[in-house]
Amino acid sequence: MENLTNQAYTEMVKKASPPSKSAKNIPMAFLFGGLICALGHFFIQMFKQAGLSDEIAFPAGSIALIFLAVLLTGLGVYDKLARHGGGGTLVPITGFANAIAAPALEFKSEGYVLGLGAKMFSVAGPVIVYGVASGIIYGVIIYLMGAY
Amino acid sequence: MEIFWEYAKAFLVGGLICAIGQVLIDYTKLTPARILVSFVVLGVVLGAVGVYQPLVEWAGGGASVPLTGWGNTIAQGTKDAIREKGLYGILSGGLGISAAGVAAAIFFGLAAGVVFKPKEK
Repeated sequence: MENLTNQAYTEMVKKASPPSKSAKNIPMAFLFGGLICALGHFFIQMFKQAGLSDEIAFPAGSIALIFLAVLLTGLGVYDKLARHGGGGTLVPITGFANAIAAPALEFKSEGYVLGLGAKMFSVAGPVIVYGVASGIIYGVIIYLMGAY
Repeated sequence: MEIFWEYAKAFLVGGLICAIGQVLIDYTKLTPARILVSFVVLGVVLGAVGVYQPLVEWAGGGASVPLTGWGNTIAQGTKDAIREKGLYGILSGGLGISAAGVAAAIFFGLAAGVVFKPKEK
């Protein structure tokens, strides 16, 4: 045992430790994410059946999910779901909504302007910044190339 | 049967995109904020090269609900706006098409912050 090299030790640890958390996390993320998207699809279909065009039904479906996620965040339920869902509750638009609502609640005590108002954007802000900026760069490229 | 397949497609594609997010959480040091930023930018790129919109048409909510779907919407909105309004569309397209969703997230978030009390962790 004294001659155990670092490498051999790492190997031993790997064998002795329980199956990686990913073995459970990834299927859970798949399940939660799939269910949230299927629910979103349901909302979109309902809006279409109510006579809305695709152009409105798709964003309206997202807005319904955003409303639901914000409500569940306020009730303290979304964070509990996220503990199991991981990426499945982060990547859908509901994760974005949660990232806005959770700090809005948490930092209310620091005031409505620099607490609630500012901290709402601690994660959503960067997402908007880089999303909008990539869109503009794409726009400049296709405008210059005449490819639109 | 038709309707089952439709929801299965939404479930599979949405689940798969989220599973990729989980792989990034488990195997990289990316924070949730960085992952969300990456997904939006990736969505813009995939929308720009014309891969993502067909996926939305195929999987519906499965492709539009993940944050990559928002990126794609930004790309499609920018292209449409340039077609209609020229140079001005470069700036108005992305946020213009997402205005309702962003406004909803801001307003609902504010309302939740005002109405609800923070939960004990």
